[in-house]
Amino acid sequence: MTDYIHKLLEKDNRLDGRKLEQYRDGISIEYGVSKTADGSALVTIGETKVMAGVKMELGTPYPDSPDQGTLMVNVELLPLSSPKFEPGPPSIQAIELARVIDRGIRESHSIDFKKLCVTVGEKAWTVIVDICPINDAGNLFDIGALATIAAIRNARLPALKDGIVDFKTKTDETLPLTKVPLSCTVLKIGDKFIIDPLNAEEKVADSRLTVATTEKDEICALQKGNATALTIDDVDKMVNLAIEKTRELRKYLGD
Amino acid sequence: MGYDKRLDGRKHDELREIEAKVGVIKNADGSAYFKIGKTTAYAAVYGPKNIYPKFLADPTKAVLRCHYNMMPFSGMGDRVRPGANRRSKEISMVTENALLPTLELSEFPNSVIDVYIELPETDAGSRCAGICAASLALADAGFIMRDLVAAVAVGKVDDKVVVDLNYDEEALECENGVADIPVAILPQTGEISLLQMDGIVDTAILKEALEVAQKTAKEIYDVQRNALKAKYNEE
Repeated sequence: MTDYIHKLLEKDNRLDGRKLEQYRDGISIEYGVSKTADGSALVTIGETKVMAGVKMELGTPYPDSPDQGTLMVNVELLPLSSPKFEPGPPSIQAIELARVIDRGIRESHSIDFKKLCVTVGEKAWTVIVDICPINDAGNLFDIGALATIAAIRNARLPALKDGIVDFKTKTDETLPLTKVPLSCTVLKIGDKFIIDPLNAEEKVADSRLTVATTEKDEICALQKGNATALTIDDVDKMVNLAIEKTRELRKYLGD
Repeated sequence: MGYDKRLDGRKHDELREIEAKVGVIKNADGSAYFKIGKTTAYAAVYGPKNIYPKFLADPTKAVLRCHYNMMPFSGMGDRVRPGANRRSKEISMVTENALLPTLELSEFPNSVIDVYIELPETDAGSRCAGICAASLALADAGFIMRDLVAAVAVGKVDDKVVVDLNYDEEALECENGVADIPVAILPQTGEISLLQMDGIVDTAILKEALEVAQKTAKEIYDVQRNALKAKYNEE
Protein backbone atom coordinates (compact mmCIF):
# COMPACT_ATOMS: atom_id res chain seq x y z
CA MET A 1 0.00 0.00 0.00
CA THR A 2 2.82 2.38 0.91
CA ASP A 3 4.49 1.91 -2.48
CA TYR A 4 1.20 2.29 -4.28
CA ILE A 5 0.38 5.57 -2.53
CA HIS A 6 3.89 6.86 -3.30
CA LYS A 7 3.60 5.87 -6.96
CA LEU A 8 0.24 7.61 -7.28
CA LEU A 9 1.59 10.75 -5.62
CA GLU A 10 4.48 10.86 -8.12
CA LYS A 11 1.77 11.35 -10.74
CA ASP A 12 -0.06 13.87 -8.49
CA ASN A 13 -2.81 11.33 -7.97
CA ARG A 14 -4.41 9.74 -4.90
CA LEU A 15 -6.19 6.53 -3.93
CA ASP A 16 -9.63 8.03 -4.55
CA GLY A 17 -8.56 9.95 -7.66
CA ARG A 18 -8.36 13.32 -5.95
CA LYS A 19 -5.78 16.03 -6.50
CA LEU A 20 -3.24 16.54 -3.71
CA GLU A 21 -4.83 19.75 -2.45
CA GLN A 22 -8.47 18.76 -2.81
CA TYR A 23 -11.13 17.99 -0.17
CA ARG A 24 -13.36 14.98 -0.60
CA ASP A 25 -16.83 15.57 -2.07
CA GLY A 26 -20.04 15.50 -0.13
CA ILE A 27 -19.23 18.01 2.59
CA SER A 28 -22.28 18.70 4.74
CA ILE A 29 -23.14 19.97 8.20
CA GLU A 30 -26.34 18.93 9.94
CA TYR A 31 -27.28 20.93 13.04
CA GLY A 32 -29.29 19.95 16.12
CA VAL A 33 -28.79 16.20 15.67
CA SER A 34 -29.04 15.61 19.42
CA LYS A 35 -31.97 17.23 21.19
CA THR A 36 -30.52 16.43 24.61
CA ALA A 37 -27.33 18.35 23.85
CA ASP A 38 -27.34 22.12 24.29
CA GLY A 39 -25.84 22.30 20.80
CA SER A 40 -24.87 19.64 18.29
CA ALA A 41 -23.73 19.01 14.75
CA LEU A 42 -22.94 16.10 12.45
CA VAL A 43 -20.30 16.80 9.84
CA THR A 44 -19.81 14.54 6.83
CA ILE A 45 -16.85 14.75 4.46
CA GLY A 46 -16.59 11.88 2.02
CA GLU A 47 -17.15 8.80 4.16
CA THR A 48 -15.99 10.41 7.39
CA LYS A 49 -18.80 11.35 9.78
CA VAL A 50 -18.16 13.15 13.06
CA MET A 51 -20.71 14.24 15.63
CA ALA A 52 -20.05 16.88 18.26
CA GLY A 53 -22.30 17.82 21.15
CA VAL A 54 -22.16 20.62 23.69
CA LYS A 55 -23.34 20.27 27.27
CA MET A 56 -23.22 23.26 29.58
CA GLU A 57 -22.29 22.72 33.21
CA LEU A 58 -22.56 25.22 36.01
CA GLY A 59 -19.59 25.17 38.36
CA THR A 60 -17.26 27.20 40.51
CA PRO A 61 -14.78 29.31 38.51
CA TYR A 62 -11.05 28.65 38.95
CA PRO A 63 -9.52 30.77 41.76
CA ASP A 64 -7.10 32.43 39.29
CA SER A 65 -9.94 33.48 36.96
CA PRO A 66 -12.96 34.04 39.23
CA ASP A 67 -14.82 36.04 36.59
CA GLN A 68 -14.54 33.51 33.77
CA GLY A 69 -16.18 30.38 32.48
CA THR A 70 -14.19 27.45 31.09
CA LEU A 71 -13.96 25.11 28.14
CA MET A 72 -13.44 21.37 28.04
CA VAL A 73 -12.96 19.43 24.82
CA ASN A 74 -13.08 15.65 24.84
CA VAL A 75 -12.82 13.09 22.05
CA GLU A 76 -14.35 9.63 22.30
CA LEU A 77 -12.83 7.41 19.62
CA LEU A 78 -15.86 5.14 19.49
CA PRO A 79 -15.12 1.54 18.48
CA LEU A 80 -18.38 1.85 16.55
CA SER A 81 -16.65 4.13 14.07
CA SER A 82 -13.66 2.03 13.09
CA PRO A 83 -12.23 -1.47 13.59
CA LYS A 84 -8.98 0.12 14.82
CA PHE A 85 -10.57 1.61 17.97
CA GLU A 86 -11.04 -0.47 21.13
CA PRO A 87 -13.33 0.16 24.09
CA GLY A 88 -11.63 1.50 27.19
CA PRO A 89 -9.98 4.63 28.55
CA PRO A 90 -8.97 7.35 26.04
CA SER A 91 -5.99 6.39 23.87
CA ILE A 92 -3.14 8.80 23.19
CA GLN A 93 -4.71 9.46 19.76
CA ALA A 94 -7.95 10.57 21.41
CA ILE A 95 -6.09 12.78 23.87
CA GLU A 96 -3.96 14.43 21.17
CA LEU A 97 -7.03 15.08 19.00
CA ALA A 98 -8.95 16.64 21.87
CA ARG A 99 -6.04 18.79 22.96
CA VAL A 100 -5.29 20.09 19.46
CA ILE A 101 -8.93 20.99 18.82
CA ASP A 102 -9.15 22.57 22.28
CA ARG A 103 -6.03 24.67 21.59
CA GLY A 104 -7.43 26.05 18.34
CA ILE A 105 -10.40 27.46 20.23
CA ARG A 106 -8.70 28.43 23.47
CA GLU A 107 -5.60 30.12 22.02
CA SER A 108 -7.55 32.07 19.42
CA HIS A 109 -9.55 33.53 22.33
CA SER A 110 -12.66 32.64 20.36
CA ILE A 111 -14.87 32.33 23.40
CA ASP A 112 -15.41 35.37 25.59
CA PHE A 113 -15.11 33.48 28.87
CA LYS A 114 -16.06 36.55 30.92
CA LYS A 115 -19.54 36.40 29.41
CA LEU A 116 -19.86 32.87 30.77
CA CYS A 117 -19.52 34.04 34.36
CA VAL A 118 -22.80 34.04 36.30
CA THR A 119 -21.63 35.24 39.72
CA VAL A 120 -18.00 36.33 40.19
CA GLY A 121 -16.05 33.82 42.26
CA GLU A 122 -19.09 31.60 42.68
CA LYS A 123 -20.77 30.43 39.51
CA ALA A 124 -19.67 30.20 35.89
CA TRP A 125 -20.52 28.07 32.89
CA THR A 126 -18.25 25.34 31.58
CA VAL A 127 -18.66 24.59 27.89
CA ILE A 128 -18.13 20.85 27.47
CA VAL A 129 -17.71 19.62 23.91
CA ASP A 130 -17.67 15.90 23.25
CA ILE A 131 -16.54 14.79 19.81
CA CYS A 132 -17.73 11.37 18.67
CA PRO A 133 -16.75 9.98 15.27
CA ILE A 134 -19.52 7.86 13.72
CA ASN A 135 -17.36 6.65 10.82
CA ASP A 136 -13.62 7.34 10.71
CA ALA A 137 -12.49 7.38 7.11
CA GLY A 138 -9.69 9.85 7.81
CA ASN A 139 -8.96 13.46 8.83
CA LEU A 140 -10.57 13.49 12.29
CA PHE A 141 -8.49 16.56 13.24
CA ASP A 142 -10.10 18.96 10.78
CA ILE A 143 -13.54 17.40 10.71
CA GLY A 144 -13.58 17.23 14.50
CA ALA A 145 -12.66 20.92 14.69
CA LEU A 146 -15.37 21.83 12.18
CA ALA A 147 -17.97 19.75 14.07
CA THR A 148 -16.91 21.42 17.33
CA ILE A 149 -17.35 24.94 15.99
CA ALA A 150 -20.65 23.99 14.34
CA ALA A 151 -21.95 22.52 17.63
CA ILE A 152 -20.83 25.57 19.63
CA ARG A 153 -22.58 27.87 17.14
CA ASN A 154 -25.70 25.71 17.42
CA ALA A 155 -25.69 25.85 21.23
CA ARG A 156 -28.18 27.77 23.36
CA LEU A 157 -27.71 28.27 27.09
CA PRO A 158 -30.14 26.29 29.22
CA ALA A 159 -32.34 28.25 31.62
CA LEU A 160 -31.29 28.89 35.21
CA LYS A 161 -33.91 28.52 37.91
CA ASP A 162 -32.82 29.53 41.42
CA GLY A 163 -29.23 28.80 40.54
CA ILE A 164 -30.04 25.33 39.20
CA VAL A 165 -29.72 24.41 35.52
CA ASP A 166 -32.98 23.51 33.82
CA PHE A 167 -31.73 21.57 30.80
CA LYS A 168 -35.23 21.12 29.41
CA THR A 169 -35.75 24.85 28.94
CA LYS A 170 -33.36 26.46 26.50
CA THR A 171 -32.95 30.21 26.32
CA ASP A 172 -32.28 32.16 23.10
CA GLU A 173 -28.82 32.99 24.36
CA THR A 174 -25.99 31.78 22.15
CA LEU A 175 -22.43 31.14 23.33
CA PRO A 176 -20.13 34.18 23.13
CA LEU A 177 -18.09 33.03 20.13
CA THR A 178 -16.15 35.96 18.72
CA LYS A 179 -13.95 34.13 16.20
CA VAL A 180 -14.26 30.99 14.14
CA PRO A 181 -11.11 28.88 14.43
CA LEU A 182 -10.87 25.93 12.02
CA SER A 183 -7.97 23.72 11.10
CA CYS A 184 -6.35 22.15 8.10
CA THR A 185 -4.00 19.21 8.49
CA VAL A 186 -1.33 18.84 5.83
CA LEU A 187 0.47 15.53 5.43
CA LYS A 188 3.92 15.18 3.93
CA ILE A 189 4.42 11.91 2.07
CA GLY A 190 7.80 11.70 0.33
CA ASP A 191 8.20 15.23 -1.03
CA LYS A 192 4.48 15.74 -1.65
CA PHE A 193 1.94 17.59 0.47
CA ILE A 194 -1.69 16.50 0.70
CA ILE A 195 -4.79 17.61 2.63
CA ASP A 196 -7.92 15.86 3.90
CA PRO A 197 -6.18 12.46 4.16
CA LEU A 198 -7.78 9.03 4.02
CA ASN A 199 -6.93 6.45 6.70
CA ALA A 200 -4.42 4.72 4.41
CA GLU A 201 -2.66 8.01 3.69
CA GLU A 202 -2.50 8.85 7.39
CA LYS A 203 -0.86 5.50 7.96
CA VAL A 204 1.99 6.06 5.50
CA ALA A 205 2.51 9.80 6.11
CA ASP A 206 6.06 10.83 6.97
CA SER A 207 4.95 13.97 8.74
CA ARG A 208 1.76 15.78 9.66
CA LEU A 209 1.10 19.40 10.51
CA THR A 210 -2.23 20.66 11.84
CA VAL A 211 -2.69 24.41 11.46
CA ALA A 212 -5.63 26.14 13.13
CA THR A 213 -6.53 29.59 11.82
CA THR A 214 -9.20 32.20 12.42
CA GLU A 215 -11.27 33.88 9.72
CA LYS A 216 -8.58 36.61 9.62
CA ASP A 217 -5.97 33.95 8.79
CA GLU A 218 -4.30 34.35 12.19
CA ILE A 219 -2.53 31.11 13.08
CA CYS A 220 -3.85 30.08 16.49
CA ALA A 221 -2.53 26.56 17.03
CA LEU A 222 -0.01 24.19 15.51
CA GLN A 223 0.69 20.53 16.03
CA LYS A 224 3.34 18.56 14.23
CA GLY A 225 2.80 14.81 14.23
CA ASN A 226 4.80 11.70 13.34
CA ALA A 227 8.52 11.12 13.72
CA THR A 228 9.95 12.56 10.48
CA ALA A 229 11.47 16.03 10.75
CA LEU A 230 10.46 19.02 8.64
CA THR A 231 12.53 21.88 7.20
CA ILE A 232 11.53 25.51 7.63
CA ASP A 233 10.69 25.51 3.95
CA ASP A 234 8.37 22.51 4.47
CA VAL A 235 6.60 24.24 7.35
CA ASP A 236 6.22 27.41 5.32
CA LYS A 237 4.63 25.53 2.43
CA MET A 238 2.37 23.50 4.71
CA VAL A 239 1.15 26.52 6.68
CA ASN A 240 0.37 28.50 3.53
CA LEU A 241 -1.48 25.58 2.01
CA ALA A 242 -3.42 25.10 5.25
CA ILE A 243 -4.47 28.75 5.40
CA GLU A 244 -5.67 28.69 1.81
CA LYS A 245 -7.60 25.45 2.28
CA THR A 246 -9.21 26.43 5.59
CA ARG A 247 -10.78 29.41 3.79
CA GLU A 248 -12.44 26.90 1.48
CA LEU A 249 -13.75 24.80 4.37
CA ARG A 250 -15.07 27.90 6.10
CA LYS A 251 -17.69 28.38 3.36
CA TYR A 252 -19.59 25.32 4.56
CA LEU A 253 -20.34 27.07 7.84
CA GLY A 254 -22.41 29.51 5.82
CA ASP A 255 -20.28 32.58 6.65
CA MET B 1 -59.34 10.82 36.93
CA GLY B 2 -56.92 8.25 35.53
CA TYR B 3 -54.43 8.63 32.70
CA ASP B 4 -56.92 9.16 29.88
CA LYS B 5 -54.90 11.64 27.87
CA ARG B 6 -51.18 11.09 27.31
CA LEU B 7 -48.81 14.00 27.97
CA ASP B 8 -47.78 14.25 24.32
CA GLY B 9 -51.29 13.54 22.98
CA ARG B 10 -50.55 10.04 21.63
CA LYS B 11 -53.05 7.19 21.83
CA HIS B 12 -52.28 4.66 24.54
CA ASP B 13 -51.00 2.11 22.04
CA GLU B 14 -49.33 4.61 19.74
CA LEU B 15 -45.57 4.60 19.15
CA ARG B 16 -43.56 7.75 18.65
CA GLU B 17 -42.39 8.42 15.11
CA ILE B 18 -39.83 5.84 13.96
CA GLU B 19 -37.07 6.16 11.41
CA ALA B 20 -34.74 3.30 10.50
CA LYS B 21 -31.84 2.99 8.08
CA VAL B 22 -29.20 0.34 7.47
CA GLY B 23 -25.63 0.63 6.18
CA VAL B 24 -25.01 4.04 7.74
CA ILE B 25 -21.46 3.28 8.97
CA LYS B 26 -19.20 2.31 6.07
CA ASN B 27 -16.33 0.94 8.20
CA ALA B 28 -18.58 -1.60 9.91
CA ASP B 29 -19.48 -5.07 8.62
CA GLY B 30 -23.11 -4.15 9.28
CA SER B 31 -24.72 -1.02 10.70
CA ALA B 32 -28.02 0.67 11.40
CA TYR B 33 -29.68 3.81 12.66
CA PHE B 34 -32.91 3.60 14.64
CA LYS B 35 -34.74 6.68 15.89
CA ILE B 36 -37.93 6.61 17.92
CA GLY B 37 -39.18 10.03 19.01
CA LYS B 38 -36.16 11.80 20.48
CA THR B 39 -34.26 8.60 21.24
CA THR B 40 -31.65 7.77 18.62
CA ALA B 41 -29.40 4.72 18.38
CA TYR B 42 -26.58 3.82 16.01
CA ALA B 43 -25.36 0.23 15.91
CA ALA B 44 -22.27 -1.18 14.23
CA VAL B 45 -21.25 -4.82 13.90
CA TYR B 46 -17.61 -5.90 13.57
CA GLY B 47 -16.90 -9.56 13.03
CA PRO B 48 -16.77 -12.46 13.16
CA LYS B 49 -13.10 -11.91 13.98
CA ASN B 50 -10.41 -13.45 16.18
CA ILE B 51 -11.05 -13.21 19.88
CA TYR B 52 -8.41 -12.04 22.37
CA PRO B 53 -7.50 -13.07 25.00
CA LYS B 54 -7.81 -16.58 23.61
CA PHE B 55 -9.33 -18.15 26.72
CA LEU B 56 -12.55 -16.23 25.97
CA ALA B 57 -13.01 -18.31 22.82
CA ASP B 58 -15.80 -20.87 22.58
CA PRO B 59 -14.83 -23.83 20.37
CA THR B 60 -18.49 -24.51 19.57
CA LYS B 61 -19.65 -21.05 18.50
CA ALA B 62 -18.92 -17.35 18.11
CA VAL B 63 -19.14 -15.12 21.16
CA LEU B 64 -21.54 -12.15 20.86
CA ARG B 65 -20.36 -9.03 22.67
CA CYS B 66 -22.66 -6.01 22.90
CA HIS B 67 -21.47 -2.62 24.08
CA TYR B 68 -24.24 -0.14 24.96
CA ASN B 69 -23.00 3.42 25.40
CA MET B 70 -24.63 6.81 25.86
CA MET B 71 -22.74 9.66 24.23
CA PRO B 72 -21.75 12.23 26.88
CA PHE B 73 -24.32 14.76 25.65
CA SER B 74 -27.18 12.27 25.26
CA GLY B 75 -28.71 12.58 28.72
CA MET B 76 -31.67 14.77 29.64
CA GLY B 77 -29.74 16.44 32.46
CA ASP B 78 -26.03 16.85 33.19
CA ARG B 79 -23.34 15.53 30.89
CA VAL B 80 -22.92 11.77 31.21
CA ARG B 81 -19.34 10.88 32.12
CA PRO B 82 -17.76 8.81 29.34
CA GLY B 83 -16.93 5.18 29.88
CA ALA B 84 -18.70 2.07 31.07
CA ASN B 85 -20.73 2.11 34.28
CA ARG B 86 -22.92 -0.40 36.11
CA ARG B 87 -26.01 0.60 34.14
CA SER B 88 -24.38 0.37 30.71
CA LYS B 89 -22.80 -2.98 31.56
CA GLU B 90 -26.12 -4.47 32.60
CA ILE B 91 -27.86 -3.12 29.51
CA SER B 92 -25.08 -4.53 27.32
CA MET B 93 -25.64 -7.95 28.87
CA VAL B 94 -29.43 -7.98 28.52
CA THR B 95 -29.00 -6.73 24.94
CA GLU B 96 -26.83 -9.78 24.18
CA ASN B 97 -29.48 -12.03 25.66
CA ALA B 98 -32.21 -10.29 23.67
CA LEU B 99 -30.38 -10.84 20.36
CA LEU B 100 -28.91 -14.33 20.88
CA PRO B 101 -32.11 -16.34 20.24
CA THR B 102 -32.15 -15.05 16.65
CA LEU B 103 -28.55 -15.95 15.80
CA GLU B 104 -26.88 -19.15 14.68
CA LEU B 105 -23.37 -18.71 16.00
CA SER B 106 -22.13 -22.30 15.60
CA GLU B 107 -21.02 -21.34 12.10
CA PHE B 108 -18.16 -19.30 13.52
CA PRO B 109 -16.40 -21.19 16.33
CA ASN B 110 -13.56 -19.51 18.27
CA SER B 111 -14.47 -16.03 17.07
CA VAL B 112 -16.21 -12.92 18.34
CA ILE B 113 -18.88 -10.63 16.95
CA ASP B 114 -18.77 -7.15 18.46
CA VAL B 115 -21.90 -5.01 18.40
CA TYR B 116 -21.42 -1.36 19.36
CA ILE B 117 -24.51 0.67 20.24
CA GLU B 118 -24.16 4.43 20.60
CA LEU B 119 -26.86 6.89 21.59
CA PRO B 120 -26.53 10.55 20.57
CA GLU B 121 -29.84 11.54 22.22
CA THR B 122 -32.19 9.77 24.61
CA ASP B 123 -35.75 10.37 25.75
CA ALA B 124 -36.43 7.02 27.47
CA GLY B 125 -36.52 3.67 25.70
CA SER B 126 -32.82 3.72 24.83
CA ARG B 127 -32.11 0.04 25.46
CA CYS B 128 -35.06 -0.88 23.23
CA ALA B 129 -33.91 1.48 20.47
CA GLY B 130 -30.42 0.00 20.84
CA ILE B 131 -31.75 -3.55 20.44
CA CYS B 132 -33.79 -2.58 17.35
CA ALA B 133 -30.72 -0.97 15.79
CA ALA B 134 -28.42 -3.85 16.74
CA SER B 135 -30.76 -6.44 15.27
CA LEU B 136 -30.85 -4.48 11.99
CA ALA B 137 -27.08 -4.12 11.97
CA LEU B 138 -26.64 -7.88 12.41
CA ALA B 139 -29.02 -8.48 9.50
CA ASP B 140 -27.12 -5.88 7.45
CA ALA B 141 -23.87 -7.73 8.24
CA GLY B 142 -25.38 -10.77 6.55
CA PHE B 143 -25.71 -13.17 9.46
CA ILE B 144 -28.27 -15.91 9.10
CA MET B 145 -31.05 -14.97 11.52
CA ARG B 146 -34.19 -16.74 12.63
CA ASP B 147 -35.90 -13.40 13.10
CA LEU B 148 -35.29 -9.74 13.73
CA VAL B 149 -35.76 -8.39 17.24
CA ALA B 150 -38.26 -5.59 17.85
CA ALA B 151 -38.08 -3.97 21.26
CA VAL B 152 -40.32 -1.43 22.94
CA ALA B 153 -40.99 -0.22 26.45
CA VAL B 154 -44.55 -0.77 27.53
CA GLY B 155 -45.83 0.16 30.92
CA LYS B 156 -48.44 1.45 33.20
CA VAL B 157 -49.02 5.11 33.82
CA ASP B 158 -51.45 5.58 36.70
CA ASP B 159 -54.24 3.15 35.67
CA LYS B 160 -53.56 2.71 31.95
CA VAL B 161 -51.32 0.47 29.88
CA VAL B 162 -49.29 2.57 27.45
CA VAL B 163 -46.58 1.83 24.90
CA ASP B 164 -43.27 3.55 24.26
CA LEU B 165 -43.12 5.77 27.33
CA ASN B 166 -41.10 8.96 26.99
CA TYR B 167 -39.10 10.52 29.80
CA ASP B 168 -41.91 12.79 31.00
CA GLU B 169 -44.22 9.81 31.37
CA GLU B 170 -41.60 7.74 33.19
CA ALA B 171 -41.16 10.61 35.64
CA LEU B 172 -44.87 11.40 36.06
CA GLU B 173 -46.17 11.70 39.62
CA CYS B 174 -49.54 9.99 39.76
CA GLU B 175 -51.77 8.18 42.21
CA ASN B 176 -51.09 4.62 41.07
CA GLY B 177 -47.54 5.19 39.98
CA VAL B 178 -45.67 4.36 36.82
CA ALA B 179 -44.27 1.01 35.74
CA ASP B 180 -41.75 0.78 32.91
CA ILE B 181 -41.45 -2.58 31.18
CA PRO B 182 -38.87 -2.84 28.38
CA VAL B 183 -39.70 -5.86 26.22
CA ALA B 184 -37.96 -7.38 23.21
CA ILE B 185 -40.07 -9.54 20.94
CA LEU B 186 -39.20 -11.99 18.18
CA PRO B 187 -41.97 -10.89 15.81
CA GLN B 188 -42.35 -14.22 13.94
CA THR B 189 -43.23 -16.20 17.05
CA GLY B 190 -44.17 -13.45 19.48
CA GLU B 191 -41.62 -14.81 21.96
CA ILE B 192 -40.02 -12.52 24.53
CA SER B 193 -36.21 -12.22 24.63
CA LEU B 194 -35.90 -9.24 26.98
CA LEU B 195 -38.08 -8.49 29.94
CA GLN B 196 -37.36 -6.04 32.71
CA MET B 197 -39.51 -3.87 34.88
CA ASP B 198 -39.32 -0.90 37.23
CA GLY B 199 -42.44 -0.10 39.20
CA ILE B 200 -45.44 -1.91 40.61
CA VAL B 201 -48.03 -3.79 38.57
CA ASP B 202 -50.51 -6.61 39.14
CA THR B 203 -50.62 -9.78 37.05
CA ALA B 204 -53.57 -8.60 34.93
CA ILE B 205 -51.83 -5.35 33.94
CA LEU B 206 -48.59 -7.22 33.22
CA LYS B 207 -50.36 -9.66 30.92
CA GLU B 208 -52.16 -6.85 29.15
CA ALA B 209 -48.89 -4.91 28.76
CA LEU B 210 -47.10 -7.89 27.26
CA GLU B 211 -49.91 -8.48 24.79
CA VAL B 212 -49.75 -4.84 23.76
CA ALA B 213 -45.97 -5.16 23.38
CA GLN B 214 -46.42 -8.18 21.14
CA LYS B 215 -48.86 -6.29 18.94
CA THR B 216 -46.72 -3.15 18.79
CA ALA B 217 -43.59 -5.14 17.95
CA LYS B 218 -45.19 -5.96 14.60
CA GLU B 219 -45.32 -2.26 13.73
CA ILE B 220 -41.66 -1.85 14.61
CA TYR B 221 -40.84 -4.97 12.65
CA ASP B 222 -42.46 -3.47 9.54
CA VAL B 223 -40.27 -0.38 9.81
CA GLN B 224 -37.19 -2.59 10.28
CA ARG B 225 -38.05 -4.74 7.27
CA ASN B 226 -38.62 -1.66 5.13
CA ALA B 227 -35.24 -0.31 6.15
CA LEU B 228 -33.57 -3.54 5.02
CA LYS B 229 -35.58 -3.59 1.81
CA ALA B 230 -34.62 0.00 1.10
CA LYS B 231 -30.97 -1.06 1.00
CA TYR B 232 -31.27 -4.51 -0.51
CA ASN B 233 -34.42 -3.95 -2.56
CA GLU B 234 -35.62 -7.50 -2.16
CA GLU B 235 -39.20 -8.67 -2.32
